[in-house]
Amino acid sequence: MAETEHGGGGYRVYAVTWFWLLVITVLELAIVLLHVPKIILAAALVIMAFLKAGLIVAYFMHLKYEKLSLVYTVVVPMVFLAVILFSFVAPDAIHVFRLRR
Amino acid sequence: MSSSDWEGGKSPFGIGWPKLMMWLFLVQDTLTFAGLLTAYGVMRLSLGRWAVQAEVFNLYLVGAMTFILICSSATMAVAVSAAKRGDHRKVSTYLLLTTLGGLLFLGGQYIEWTHFIHEGARLFTNPWGIPQFSATFFITTGFHGFHVAAGVLYLLVTLWRWNRRSIQPESVEIAGLYWHFVDLVWVFIFTLLYLI
Repeated sequence: MAETEHGGGGYRVYAVTWFWLLVITVLELAIVLLHVPKIILAAALVIMAFLKAGLIVAYFMHLKYEKLSLVYTVVVPMVFLAVILFSFVAPDAIHVFRLRR
Repeated sequence: MSSSDWEGGKSPFGIGWPKLMMWLFLVQDTLTFAGLLTAYGVMRLSLGRWAVQAEVFNLYLVGAMTFILICSSATMAVAVSAAKRGDHRKVSTYLLLTTLGGLLFLGGQYIEWTHFIHEGARLFTNPWGIPQFSATFFITTGFHGFHVAAGVLYLLVTLWRWNRRSIQPESVEIAGLYWHFVDLVWVFIFTLLYLI
C-alpha cells in the first residue's frame, strides 16, 4: 500500500480527534445547563457543531488527505446549500411568524 | 484539462469508483437530512414557540448516546487504519467494537422513544400542545436511527466478509465513511433538536 502513511501519525490522530470531539460535546452540554441568552446559546452551539463536523470530515473521513477535486465536490454543494437555506427559507419562516401574530 | 484526460486510465479524484460513489451518496444523503432539519427550523421559527426540550428529554441519556456514537466513530477509524496496514485481527476487533457502539446507541434510542411515547407523544399529537414537536422528533430521529440500524447491518456484513478475506481494505474504508456520516448527522440532530 503506497498511501498507508499519508494519514499522518496513524492511530494517534484518531485519538486526538476523538478527544476533541468529546471536549466539544461536554462544552455543548455545559453551555445548555448555564443560563445564557438564547441568541448567544444558539450561535455558540452552531459554531461548536460545525467544529465537530469539520473534525469528523477532515480526520475520521480522511477528506483532509484526499485530492482537492474531491474536497471541492463534497464541500462546495454544502456551502451553496447553506447560503440558499439562510437567504431564502429563513426569511420566509420569519414572515409566516409575523403573519400569525 | 488536456485531451488526454478524456482518454481513460486517469483517476480525476484520485480514488477508486466504489469510494467515489459512497462520497456522492453521502452528499445526497446530506440533502435528505438537510431537508428534514430545514422543515424543523421553518416550523419552529414560524410557530414562535416550542416545547422545552430539557424538560421533555433526558439530556444525560442523549449525552451518553452522543458519547457512544463518537467512540464508535473513533473505533471505526482505527479499524480502517488497521485494514490499510494489513493488521487483520485488529480490524475484526475494532469492527466488532464499532458494531457494539451502534447497538448501544439504538438501545438508548429505544429507551428514549419508549419514555417519550409513555409521556403521551404520538406522531401528530402530544401533551405539550405543539403537534409539530413530536412529529419532528419521531421523523428526524427515526430516520437517523434507521441509518444507524442499516449501518450496524452493513458493519456486520463487512466484518463477516473481512474474516472470510473476501474484501479489500478499501471496502472497510467505504463502510467507515458511511459510519462516520451517521455520526456527523447526529452532531447536527443533537445540537438542533435537543440543545437549541
